[in-house]
Amino acid sequence: MYTVVYKRALNPTVTEMKVSAPLVAKRAEPGQFIILRVDEDGERIPLTVADYDREAGTVTIIFQTVGATTMKLAAKNVGDQIADFVGPLGRPTETEGLSSVAVIGGGVGCAIAYPVAKKLHTLGAAVHTVVGFRTRELVILEDEFRAVSDTFCLMSDDGTAGERGLVTDALRRALDSGEHFDEVIAIGPLPMMKFVCKLTKEYNVKTVVSMNPIMIDGTGMCGCCRLTVGGEMKFACVDGPDFDGHLVDFDEAMSRAAMYREFESRARDRACNLLRAEVK
Amino acid sequence: MPNMSPKMNEMPTLPPEVRSKCFSEVALGYTEEAALDEAARCLHCKNAPCVTGCPVNIRIPDFIARLRERDFSGAYDIIADSSSLPAVCGRVCPQETQCESKCVRGIKGDAVGIGRLERFVADRHNADPAKSAPHMEKNGHRVAVVGSGPSGLTCAGDLARLGYEVTVFEALHTAGGVLVYGIPEFRLPKSIVRGEIENLVALGVKFETDMVIGKVLSIDDLLDDGFEAVFIGTGAGLPKFMNIPGESCNGVYSANEFLTRVNLMGAFRDDADTPVMRARRVAVVGGGNVAMDAARSALRLGAEEVSIVYRRGEDELPARREEVEHAKEEGIVFRLLTSPTEILGDEKRAVRAIKCIKMELGEPDASGRRRPIPVEGSDFELPVDCVIMALGTSPNPLIKDTTEGLETERRGGIVTDEVGKTSREAVYAGGDAVTGAATVILAMGAGKTAARAIDEYIKNK
Repeated sequence: MYTVVYKRALNPTVTEMKVSAPLVAKRAEPGQFIILRVDEDGERIPLTVADYDREAGTVTIIFQTVGATTMKLAAKNVGDQIADFVGPLGRPTETEGLSSVAVIGGGVGCAIAYPVAKKLHTLGAAVHTVVGFRTRELVILEDEFRAVSDTFCLMSDDGTAGERGLVTDALRRALDSGEHFDEVIAIGPLPMMKFVCKLTKEYNVKTVVSMNPIMIDGTGMCGCCRLTVGGEMKFACVDGPDFDGHLVDFDEAMSRAAMYREFESRARDRACNLLRAEVK
Repeated sequence: MPNMSPKMNEMPTLPPEVRSKCFSEVALGYTEEAALDEAARCLHCKNAPCVTGCPVNIRIPDFIARLRERDFSGAYDIIADSSSLPAVCGRVCPQETQCESKCVRGIKGDAVGIGRLERFVADRHNADPAKSAPHMEKNGHRVAVVGSGPSGLTCAGDLARLGYEVTVFEALHTAGGVLVYGIPEFRLPKSIVRGEIENLVALGVKFETDMVIGKVLSIDDLLDDGFEAVFIGTGAGLPKFMNIPGESCNGVYSANEFLTRVNLMGAFRDDADTPVMRARRVAVVGGGNVAMDAARSALRLGAEEVSIVYRRGEDELPARREEVEHAKEEGIVFRLLTSPTEILGDEKRAVRAIKCIKMELGEPDASGRRRPIPVEGSDFELPVDCVIMALGTSPNPLIKDTTEGLETERRGGIVTDEVGKTSREAVYAGGDAVTGAATVILAMGAGKTAARAIDEYIKNK
């Protein structure tokens, strides 16, 4: 069992949580993920490591309440326990040797983009951050990003936070202005990553994306997280989760991500009812 | 006087029309009466050929003699001397090609039902609330076992009986390896596996779940932490695909994924948190035991038609005869001499059909089996909404990649000598991690041999 030691709401649906898991904290690097199970009989879900404190032995996760499992997780409070917390899994994001990087985060994907930006900043790279959200209310980690970024650009779909527009608008502007990036690192919803890659391909800038497909074991055993990258089958859990975005088949990844959508909404309703019953 | 009936006592099974709709165990086990009657068929041959057919050399005539005297706990102790998992082996061992194939009674009539008797003795023991665990004197030496499948559990049990303090590290959240994620409930109830693991805990074996060795800790971390030897029994967990078009369509599963969802994650229950597709028409590609398990599981999840698609003929099916028979009784369709060439998806990339070609058998290939050759122009489409690939598995590279100096062969199997010693001092390995996918009992045999070798190594240090 793993104890929740800290919890705060970043926005109405996104929660930040620190979990005591000393062995995971000891080895974790940006880009890696953990797999958790909230309770016995619970589903195994992957969540990317948002931060870690090796001394305190804690790992930070940031998640959006989207299904039954994240709903049950969000209902846990400080002092509560979760059944399983396994990691660090997958390969860390490669940050060595980069001197100027554009970090693009979309929505809750910013939770994963942030530790990468922070690591790059610590290594002395120039970090140009572009983050995008639907609306003001959903903005997360703004201060944290500002603290580790050389330039920071906040975009929102409705113009209530930062500039109105998409992350690709800001990135295109930077590229057009002659800004040089060794690499673009894009982490967010699949359509966002797809369009960032489409754009950077035009400009011939290497782009790394972090894939978050459906997984079970996270150790290469089930093949559920398979993706087509450069025409080859890859497993996100052991070969990734980072891949060369110009080679990823995003349309396939999007259809695979939707495989259990109907089941998920039923399970969410059921969990919702259970939680309501507990509250009563 | 021995019972000279040429027939083995039948083991009762759930009727096909009942069992194909639920996950209850198919084979129900002997009654005491049937067990005693079957035990009386053993001739107690002096040279005991059956023992030579057992990969862990259980003293078969001895346990049967005790059983015949109704000394059930005495019979169990004899089996437990050689096997850490009697209730598992009594169910999933291919006895017909091992101990029973050597039985003298098999020359004229059926062999003695050794596997069924083993199962009876083990179930009887596990059901006894007063069963006692032998008290072990600890010898103060610590050994780490990586992986809690058949080889790891056997190695752990044998070392614990020798007095070692054994810790088993398991990557998943439940111990048991393939016994819990792979073999379905209807063939090996999970309560049986739990019972066997509890027996090991009673012997003093510690289990640490959620420990992906190679990620959370490395083999070197374990050695640095004071474990004097490490046994790697991580199995062969990586699924294979065919590399044909359409394998990324929704509705295509590896057998590992499908069985893990159903068995380990309990997706067959209506209130499970983990989903699995409830398909109407399913094609399972492959002809081994895993293919049978996947096909029969799909049927139990409510599929209307489940086909085994296998490129060779009936005689070449690698699955146990009994599994094939059970599958046929339940209505699984066998499409033999048939090989998939493409999976066809609809506009949403969901499986709508599998395209196949008929095969014929040519000259024997390297495996000694006749090589299947495509029959030109025989392509056809089989309408299905789910395809399960049961094509075998290979060893996981997580440990290889993080253990310097650990030699592996081309296919990823860890290189060992005949007692399981690897190229690294104090590191032993066995089971599917070494051989590639094989059987539960062979893995147990390897765990046993390695336990003896580890004991020798530590004693002589």
